[in-house]
Amino acid sequence: MNTKRNFELGCTLLGVLALGGTAADAAEQITFVSQGGAYQQAQTVAILDPSAKKLGITINQDSIPDAWPAIKTQVGSGKPIWDVVDTPTGNCLRGGEQGLIEKLDFSKIPNGAAMPEAYRSAYSVSYEFYSSVLAFSQKTFPKGAPNSWADFWDVKKFPGRRALRNHPFATLEAALMADGVAPDKLYPLDVDRAFRKLEEIKPHITVWWTSGAQSAQLLNDGEVDMEMAWNGRVSAVAKEGAKVSFTYNQGILQSTSLCILKGAPNLDTAVKFLNEAVDPVHQANLPLQIDYGPGNPKAFETNVIKPERAAQLPSEPANAAKQALMSYAWWSSPAGEAAEKRWASFMQK
Amino acid sequence: MLALVSPALLVILALIVLPVGWLAWQSVYHDGFTLENYRRVFTEDVYWRSFALTFEISLAVTVIALLLGYPVAYLANSLPKGWSILILSLVVLPFWTSVLVRAYAWLALLQRTGVINQFLRYLDVISEPLALVHNTFGTVVATVHILLPFMVLPLYAAMQKIPNDLMQAGASLGASPSLTFFRVFLPLSLPGVLAGCTMVFVLCLGFYITPELLGGGRTVMVSMLVSRNVELYNQFGAASAVAVVLLASVLATFFVVSRFISLDRVLGQK
Repeated sequence: MNTKRNFELGCTLLGVLALGGTAADAAEQITFVSQGGAYQQAQTVAILDPSAKKLGITINQDSIPDAWPAIKTQVGSGKPIWDVVDTPTGNCLRGGEQGLIEKLDFSKIPNGAAMPEAYRSAYSVSYEFYSSVLAFSQKTFPKGAPNSWADFWDVKKFPGRRALRNHPFATLEAALMADGVAPDKLYPLDVDRAFRKLEEIKPHITVWWTSGAQSAQLLNDGEVDMEMAWNGRVSAVAKEGAKVSFTYNQGILQSTSLCILKGAPNLDTAVKFLNEAVDPVHQANLPLQIDYGPGNPKAFETNVIKPERAAQLPSEPANAAKQALMSYAWWSSPAGEAAEKRWASFMQK
Repeated sequence: MLALVSPALLVILALIVLPVGWLAWQSVYHDGFTLENYRRVFTEDVYWRSFALTFEISLAVTVIALLLGYPVAYLANSLPKGWSILILSLVVLPFWTSVLVRAYAWLALLQRTGVINQFLRYLDVISEPLALVHNTFGTVVATVHILLPFMVLPLYAAMQKIPNDLMQAGASLGASPSLTFFRVFLPLSLPGVLAGCTMVFVLCLGFYITPELLGGGRTVMVSMLVSRNVELYNQFGAASAVAVVLLASVLATFFVVSRFISLDRVLGQK
């Protein structure tokens, strides 16, 4: 895929040279970076290819599972080669504060400006939603499955093996909800209370997973009976025939966002692309390819997503209402970063 | 002579000296000279615990690998050529499989619904599956398997050099086979033991994928701290400091070993 794009780029460049630079517009291009795999393929079909066509630009693609170290290194070196990254929203905020990410001018991004304020920041626009949900084995719980984090914490009523993500994101939120905090009253997180609650469940956690693939495998192999997992991973396992399910109740709604590297080589084109990428129709096409929700809620008003499909998506308004929306602003604040660091010592105690 | 060596020196400079130097520099420089990263490595619990655990696991793996590897090397050494080649190939064969594949293979064997638990339940030996993986036990088992060749090969090389005449001489003087073994063979094989143990111990210090996949999140070895510092906390300086301390531990290990045995032997030169 990348080779083909590079080839196209090469042809475009050759064309520009042949015309002595008169066709400068035809050479407009950006380098877009995402997380690879099925997800990047899905967005290529749903968003990237249509956007490139509509804007008449070339989108070169790159992929990296975790863009953050590369963003830091590229911008730090003073010569970034990427323009737009699709990365967990926290990276855009943290990067913005550290001068690694461009501040956005929303007057040039009308599609983004029309999105709810909670879905964007000075440095980013939400691009896609996923959710950290409570997933469970239907074999262990043919009926009366755990339906809230309080249930997950209740080892007497719901005996079984459990797994959580080896990361404070969403895990602290889940602990607080288990302790009775309402989903819309989580922030600022009461970190002490969250860790106290986590100490309670810690002896009953069989695995602290570190990758999405691992979480899917744990559930699929029956290694655990319930766990926190990303909705798309659970539904993928379910589609392959595993007897597993999940609830959006008290899920933690998380997003990846688009943001632009500071000093990006094709800044103007990148801004144009950003606006196009969150266009409601392109956005509505994404969940037709993969189990993630559109970042722009207007996508649900386009009639592209059928109601039964919409009901499965984490950012569908009714589903979103049952969940907590993660505050990346809090997580990138000093308190959030302190909580992140505290995680390591919590795990080793 | 210099003309012949200089390309090699350049490669060493570019691939080893510069990156390691950059690493060391990063660990002490952040908007000015600072020892903050080292202070944290030496004072914070998290780091202490990881270093302690890493050394414990490395020690356990080394001892187990020695106990398993010595008889194998001994057998390969004492059997006729054809058999010894067969044994050594069996030792080296898994070596050609990716570490990742072997880690997942152990997962398939050890997990709750894995081959071993299913088999034991089928035999009615156990009623509840044993917790064989997602803990330190699983990590040690898989690490021993991966590092075993590094124990067997130096042992075999050392044993090959022990002249058979000595054993025959011992026997002709009336020593029992076990006495010849403990008084003659074992002491002469000690350089191989030390070489194998050093290799396994040092390699184990830096293990990453195996504890990551089989440790269940609780077995946090030093290399995992390095990766977490970069990925999670964006602390390149802290990661570098941890890496430098780990490197220093490796060098210290080599230094201690070199008091007892020429390093050439450990690195398989003689």
